[in-house]
Amino acid sequence: MIELDNVAYSYGGGELLSELSLQLAPGSFHFLTGPSGTGKTTLLKLCYGALRPTAGHARLFGTDVRNMDRDAVALSRRRIGVVHQDCQFLDHLSLAENVALPLTVAGEAISGQDQNLRELLGWVGLTSRANARPPELSGGERQRAALARAVISSPEVVLADEPTGNVDWEMSQRLLRLLIELNRMGVTVLIATHDLQLIRAAKSQVPARVLRIVNRRLQSAGVDL
Amino acid sequence: MSLQTLVALARGDKAADRVVPPTGFTARLTVFAAAVMAFLAVFALALSLAAGRLATSWGDELARASTVRISAPVGQVAAQTEAALRLLQQTPGVASARALSEAEQQALLEPWFGPDLPVSELPVPQLIEVTETSKGYDAAGLRLRLQAEVPGAVLDDHARWRKPLVAAAARLTVLGWVSGLLIAAAMGAMVTLAANAALSANAQVIAVLRLVGATDAYIARAFVRRFTLRTLGGAAVGTVLGIAAVALLPSGDETAGFLTGLSFRGWHWGIPVLVPLLAAAVGFAATAVAARRVLGGLS
Repeated sequence: MIELDNVAYSYGGGELLSELSLQLAPGSFHFLTGPSGTGKTTLLKLCYGALRPTAGHARLFGTDVRNMDRDAVALSRRRIGVVHQDCQFLDHLSLAENVALPLTVAGEAISGQDQNLRELLGWVGLTSRANARPPELSGGERQRAALARAVISSPEVVLADEPTGNVDWEMSQRLLRLLIELNRMGVTVLIATHDLQLIRAAKSQVPARVLRIVNRRLQSAGVDL
Repeated sequence: MSLQTLVALARGDKAADRVVPPTGFTARLTVFAAAVMAFLAVFALALSLAAGRLATSWGDELARASTVRISAPVGQVAAQTEAALRLLQQTPGVASARALSEAEQQALLEPWFGPDLPVSELPVPQLIEVTETSKGYDAAGLRLRLQAEVPGAVLDDHARWRKPLVAAAARLTVLGWVSGLLIAAAMGAMVTLAANAALSANAQVIAVLRLVGATDAYIARAFVRRFTLRTLGGAAVGTVLGIAAVALLPSGDETAGFLTGLSFRGWHWGIPVLVPLLAAAVGFAATAVAARRVLGGLS
């Protein structure tokens, strides 16, 4: 599905990631952890083709990103939902329109009254905020809206970068439950977080593999988690 | 530009149009620049066409017409006129020659002296209009014969003063078309700048669109359609104003006065309709190039 094979990534003359291999199998659940600045976001970007490895191979659904032009990467992103910590929206559109954006760019006309959209907004608890503009949303609402946007086109993989970074513990638990629910529906999930408490909470609910970036390389986390 | 692209452009995509936020300043700037450029383009077109007509008209007359002026004492004018006419009729290359009537001479002088000029009481030279055959006549030989047989006759073959005017009118025609090209280039440059500014200002929007799977073609299309329609709209307004301004110019025979002939004639009034379409084509091409470059530069 998504595969990093002996990948390295250098930036500004320094190597940020090195000899890194990762396979996201269908239906798997992964946590990626490590201190800030170790390259978690970079690794996620390598996983959805926003960055290209400086060495090794990154394959999205079987195709090496080196052989993919920007449009091919864009099309592969329709199969990958991405949630960022600083989730960005189009401020001139309503929350419902923002959530529906992946379908809009794929050429699927969808209205704010669409049943699937209403159900999705209900799933993330944002039905009453459907017509709100992004600047009017709280941090938790933005994170849930970003998650809804990431999954509206039924992606095979969801990549979440510090999805609970800007929200309180209760909201973190709520987002985690939504991600676990997605995984139970067969969606592959990779969450980058430095929140060990969140990882511990998840491990009691889902068989998750925990990975850690140490000295530019990826390792399986120990039992201390 | 393929037919499919044109149809897609005309039909539009409301949802795609909405993903790009409205950009008030650049929108107004593009519309205004397109309107001004179209207005100027209509004038350049009118200038070019009028100069073309003038060059053709003068050129034709230069090729075919000349004048013999009889400046003689009052009692000899009629005799010298008849002698000149006889000589002209015998001259190879002269198709016809006729003396202008008093009324025709008065009409020629009317713009300068008014309608009440008593031509018959003034020592006004008698004019003979000479029309050449396609082969033309030997002007130098005719001058010598006139000098010998009709002492008061002076041949004016118009070449002396009309040739530079015809050359100037022809160059003015070229200048008009060059101005049109420069206006199109300037419009393209302005639309490119406005499109660049809009694309750069919307880098975050582009990042979000890419994140959710938008292709470069989709993003570019949203911007290209918007700028093409703005250019088309602005140019249409400018063209209408330009046509109105040209229509309001004083009318008159362009051979009588170039400025009074600076207008469209007949089917030429339809030509300015092309200005908004060409402007839209320029806007389309300029935005497409700008979008490709900016999107290629954004990671």
